[in-house]
Amino acid sequence: MTQTAILIVCGLISGPLLGGLVSGLDRILTARMQSRIGPPLFQPFYDVIKLCFKEPLVVNVWQVFCVHVYVAASSIAVVLFFLQSDLLLILFVQAVGAVMLVVGALSSTSPFSQIGAQRELLQMLSYEPLLVLVVVGIYIETGSFKLSQIYHWPDPLLPKLPFLFIVLGYALTIKLRKSPFDLSTCHHGHQEIVKGLLTDYSGPFLALTEVGHWFEVVLLLGLCTLFWSTSWVGMGILLAATYFLEVLLDNITSRMNWRWMLSTVWGVGLALSLVNLIWLTQGG
Amino acid sequence: MEMIKKSVNRMRAKSPWLLHFDCGSCNGCDIEILACLTPVYDIERFGIINVGNPFHADVLLVSGTVNPRNRKVLSNLHAQMPGPKAVIAVGACGLSGGVFREAYNVVGGIDKVLPVDVYVPGCPPKPEAIIDGVVAALDKLKELGLRKEA
Repeated sequence: MTQTAILIVCGLISGPLLGGLVSGLDRILTARMQSRIGPPLFQPFYDVIKLCFKEPLVVNVWQVFCVHVYVAASSIAVVLFFLQSDLLLILFVQAVGAVMLVVGALSSTSPFSQIGAQRELLQMLSYEPLLVLVVVGIYIETGSFKLSQIYHWPDPLLPKLPFLFIVLGYALTIKLRKSPFDLSTCHHGHQEIVKGLLTDYSGPFLALTEVGHWFEVVLLLGLCTLFWSTSWVGMGILLAATYFLEVLLDNITSRMNWRWMLSTVWGVGLALSLVNLIWLTQGG
Repeated sequence: MEMIKKSVNRMRAKSPWLLHFDCGSCNGCDIEILACLTPVYDIERFGIINVGNPFHADVLLVSGTVNPRNRKVLSNLHAQMPGPKAVIAVGACGLSGGVFREAYNVVGGIDKVLPVDVYVPGCPPKPEAIIDGVVAALDKLKELGLRKEA
């Protein structure tokens, strides 16, 4: 009982803490790649605290409700991850939060917000099936959706599921709002549709969307750790390499359109998953 | 309570998000403002982000003269920014109307429409001067923050 409580608290604290640090590292790394110095490591925390104490401006009260559900869902997903719960349950809880963010953006009449929300829906359409396929692959290999059992699997999963890891990389790129998939909103200052999905969230509510995003980043990086769960060193190297590649990809690619995203992510992603799943069931 | 206020104000000064509005400038000032984002000046070092959205902005950076057509847009943008907020007028035209101040279609400087906190003179001002102006606006922002919560 006390262990459960400790895990819940760990999940709730480590989400914003790790997510914020990762996002600060991301900004420094991006700046270095552009031969700039970049902001301090704790810049994302400064931003969020500043936003929390700004005057709350609400376009539509539904936004307030939606953004709270978004943060609740993404934090619950991370807590469930820490409690070593069921992978499918975690994914669905996370999806509920992501949908609520879209509903909040759709409740405003701003065309930028509307276009951003519709692009976000297309992004979800692209990555959600892939995430489920990754989980299916993990199930076929380990025989369980339970994280507690997957983490106790004696061998690293990466050698058996290399293509599914690439597929997870697609989902990660979309979820981290990195180029070439940063259609709905981008973590940089400017975009052709102002700030897309987040245009009409402001002040404390924008801060909440950022915290929710940190939870999601932690959750997805947690999913990446499943692929080398046998040793801490392997896990660390895998995470660092994956994140470095994400930032590199963000800096060397440009934003594409949703048609390209849907056809590439589904075409390549589904093909790679299929190859890996056939290999798992027939080859092993 | 006093400590929380002070630390929040420190965060405010560490993350000023700029909204840049070209109010009929010749683009000279705008080029200098955008030059601040380049690797040479790299204003992101100070947590400054050039946002395109008044809802997210803390500091309104305006260049150029005000005319009867764009004064509504300017005051609209200012009204859409959540407080506490500061306004910076950049360049000779933004300060007073510059060489265009006598023209029939020019209302004058930015302060004819909005309460301006910092004036950055120059035609165009150097990027260093603009960064200086933003730093001066941060003190204003802190002051406003303290007054508002008091």
